[in-house]
Amino acid sequence: MSRKLRIATTSLAGCFGCHMSLLDIDERLLALLELVEFDRSPITDIKHCGPCDIGLIEGGICNAENVHVLREFRTHCKILIAIGSCAITGGLPAQRNHLDLASCLTEVYLTEPGLAHGHIPNDPELPLPLDKVHPLHEVVKIDYFIPGCPPSGDAIWKFLTDLIAGKTPELGHGLIKYD
Amino acid sequence: MSDTFQLDGKNVPFESGQTVMQAALAAGHYIPHLCYHPEFKPHGSCKLCTVKVGGRTAASCTMPAEAGLNVESNIEEMNGLRRTLVQMLFAEGNHFCPSCEKSGNCMLQALGYDLEVHTAGFRHLYPDRPLDASHPDILLDFNRCILCELCVRASSEVDGKNVFALSGRGIAKHLIVNAKSELLKDTDIALADKAMQVCPVGVILKKRVGFSVPIGERRYDQRPISAQALDDAPRLSDASSSCAACEGTP
Amino acid sequence: MVSVPGPHATYLNPILERHGHAAASLLQILREAQEHFGYVHPDALDYLSAQLRLPRARIEGVAGFYSFICLQPHGEYRVLFSDNITDRMLGSQTLMEQMCQQLWVEPGKASEDGLVSIGATSCTGMCDQGPAMLVNGRAVTHLSHQRVQEIAHLIRNRTPLDDWPGDFFRVEDNIRRKGLLLDSTLAPGDVLRAALAPGAADIVAAITASGLRGRGGAGFPTGLKWEACRLAQGAEHYVVCNADEGEPGTFKDRVLLTSHADLVFEGMTLCALAIGARKGFLYLRGEYRYLLEPLQAVLQRRRENNLLGACILGQPGFDFDIAIHLGAGAYICGEESALIESLEGKRGVPRSRPPFPVTHGYLQQPTAVDNVEIFCQAALAIHMGADNYRAIGTPKSSGSKLISVSGDCPRPGIYEYPFGVSVREVLKDCGAANTRAVQISGPSGVCVAESEFGRKLCFEDLPTAGAFMVFDDSRDLFEVARNFVHFFAHESCGFCTPCRVGTSMLKQTMDKIAAGHGTRYDLAEIEHLDQVLQTSSHCGLGRTACNPVLHTLRHFRPAYENRLKSLDFEPAFDLDGALARARQMTGRDDAGAHLKPEET
Repeated sequence: MSRKLRIATTSLAGCFGCHMSLLDIDERLLALLELVEFDRSPITDIKHCGPCDIGLIEGGICNAENVHVLREFRTHCKILIAIGSCAITGGLPAQRNHLDLASCLTEVYLTEPGLAHGHIPNDPELPLPLDKVHPLHEVVKIDYFIPGCPPSGDAIWKFLTDLIAGKTPELGHGLIKYD
Repeated sequence: MSDTFQLDGKNVPFESGQTVMQAALAAGHYIPHLCYHPEFKPHGSCKLCTVKVGGRTAASCTMPAEAGLNVESNIEEMNGLRRTLVQMLFAEGNHFCPSCEKSGNCMLQALGYDLEVHTAGFRHLYPDRPLDASHPDILLDFNRCILCELCVRASSEVDGKNVFALSGRGIAKHLIVNAKSELLKDTDIALADKAMQVCPVGVILKKRVGFSVPIGERRYDQRPISAQALDDAPRLSDASSSCAACEGTP
Repeated sequence: MVSVPGPHATYLNPILERHGHAAASLLQILREAQEHFGYVHPDALDYLSAQLRLPRARIEGVAGFYSFICLQPHGEYRVLFSDNITDRMLGSQTLMEQMCQQLWVEPGKASEDGLVSIGATSCTGMCDQGPAMLVNGRAVTHLSHQRVQEIAHLIRNRTPLDDWPGDFFRVEDNIRRKGLLLDSTLAPGDVLRAALAPGAADIVAAITASGLRGRGGAGFPTGLKWEACRLAQGAEHYVVCNADEGEPGTFKDRVLLTSHADLVFEGMTLCALAIGARKGFLYLRGEYRYLLEPLQAVLQRRRENNLLGACILGQPGFDFDIAIHLGAGAYICGEESALIESLEGKRGVPRSRPPFPVTHGYLQQPTAVDNVEIFCQAALAIHMGADNYRAIGTPKSSGSKLISVSGDCPRPGIYEYPFGVSVREVLKDCGAANTRAVQISGPSGVCVAESEFGRKLCFEDLPTAGAFMVFDDSRDLFEVARNFVHFFAHESCGFCTPCRVGTSMLKQTMDKIAAGHGTRYDLAEIEHLDQVLQTSSHCGLGRTACNPVLHTLRHFRPAYENRLKSLDFEPAFDLDGALARARQMTGRDDAGAHLKPEET
């Protein structure tokens, strides 16, 4: 192989559980590092991603900042992979989708017991929430999906090694999980 | 001596009156399905069991077996179709597997696994379907309903109760219960009802036992649905035992 | 608000009585109960459940299936604008907005004082005299700003419908070209008298020899159907006339039932004689409710003239009568097995076939279901003789066909031609100019562009149920297709996965393109959905739901491509719009509170 593949990872409206699972490939991480190098990722602490071969995104899209990051990944990554339930279905954050956003904000910041003189945060530093949480594929084109909450380290390993070997990734019984 | 038809190049014997699905399962050949249940009259609504017969397509659960048919099921064209149908069902309802106590015992999920469905692909509809937790022992989570009507059929045909019915039309079609209050507690459902056992997904749930079998040790954790369904089928001939596809109370 | 009346028994008992407390009449009972009270009250459901010995939920499920049955109050006046593309082309959307403004209501919601609700409904079959609407089930035609204003005034003053100007409810035949059917001067009983002596087998043989084929579009040979039904074993045989003329753009059956009802019933009685039926049904679409009383009067006159009832024309054993069953707003009931389910008082869901209705139809008995027009044509074929009949039309399409012409032409209405007439000829006769496309046989049919106007209407080339919607060069064929896709999504019965979900997905995709978010991925998705709908749908509705899109894509692809935002992927929704609620709640409007479209 002439050069290492460049991978970027991030977590949007997710819990970093998928990243923990990525670390669960344990000593195979070293084997992976023979094949790839990391760009923007919690592993490297690079803040913006440059041109990459593969982008790995966990979490769905719940606010404006998620959209910016997702667009950055789509612009710079040749292959974009949604990893985990939240990225693929909206997941836990999307459980608010049948509620009106205004009533969510009111409940959380104004009417919840113990919130005397509460107000809805309006600091321009904070990203605004979207009225609904969306899976990634509803906002940009996504090339591959690794399901699971989180997918196991083995599933991630199998998927990535298939992909790097140029094979259409297949998980098979035991590795493919939605929960 | 019975007649035979061809299924993916193999001879499948059948008896008069059997459908392609019934004959195939009895002979140890799996055709993916959701709304079909060996104990009930075939329904033909989920269309997962669609097969190709002489260039045309048909639901194998309602198609009468005929001598000499050339049925193709396990081909990419049909599996691709099934993948899309599973994706449609996932996008239609709110199927959040990580929080579902039926995970691992769910036929929709297991079919997704078997067909390597990695995403719903379509835009999720996120319908608003409130739970019905009114009954002391039973929870109804309509978010996961795939409208297979197995509970409707079981309650009416086996339990003689008609606890469930369908209302609405098209994408607004939905499950209702037989009570003016629209609450399950005001129906005559009982834990021992057949309707309690047939839900292929996680709509009709017995309370307080959801996690008695841990995640990871459940029905489809052990073996894929294609293998499990074949084990269930031969029990058809053994009228005394209950169907293994149902989660009977032990 | 309407006050809740006393016991529902008072008005329900006579209805139940009239229908013999039969569960199979459930839909009729619900319809009549609603006519009495405006909607079906929850207490009425309980009462019906007890009286009919049906589970409450099942009654609720039947009521919930049909658009015209309401389980909630919807206003003393329920206004439904016909939403076919031809109504839209005549300005129905502006008129609906106007009426909503004048009556201070939002579409689809009842006004707070319970006076009125305004909404849309599928094509009401008045395309040649639109825009049209239904008010409490009664058809109003020729809507204009003036008429809408008057109607708003009448509603505000709570004027009873019976006191509205009769002009509003006038429905014209608009017969523009006559042929063997519309010119027919047969007197009631002529055909039956001639058919009595030869008997059942000869009738079927003559129908077979005449080459008569179904007029609903599929073109199944009528003789074969009647023969199979005649030979099928059953305690009873039934004749069913399918007058659920729901295919948008079709209105010929309405005209036949208005001006040639005797010939329709004559044909049904002929069929009864041929297959040995003692009972027949006319399944009349709910939109044609106004025809119920006139049709019942015709039936009554026929009974008095011994053309219906016991010993018809004095022939011992020839007993036959016809009941009219009203539909309640469900296009799918035009499919014969769904129609039978509906006749049995159930949700109109197409059955799995086999078995077919000819052996297992109404109440699982042998049943011949035919279109309104075919009963007329059958009577004519018997009267003329098979050879004379067969001489008309083309080799595989004998006889004549009624065409319902609407859209961009000065003379919309009914045109009768021998089979084999070209699209161009019909266009010339109706005076159409600058025609861009014609939708043949309704949304489920074929969209024909100028290069194909030489094609002929017949089973060999362009089979048709009769709709002929004309679009001139001012029309956007994308919007035409989108209207049809909405129609299918609204009318899907929801039984099978591909149609229930697929038609909704298709609608979303078309709306996405209309909103300017479309990309080439969406065109690919349409093609994928079509594949799934065609290969796995339970019935013809799903299998043809993609046709309007595929046909217009084939002929008018630029109408789609011009709307695509880019070739790259785009979300189906407006991202910046999705932040509006949060902006409102936080009072923010800074740069960070917006999502700009991506610079590419």
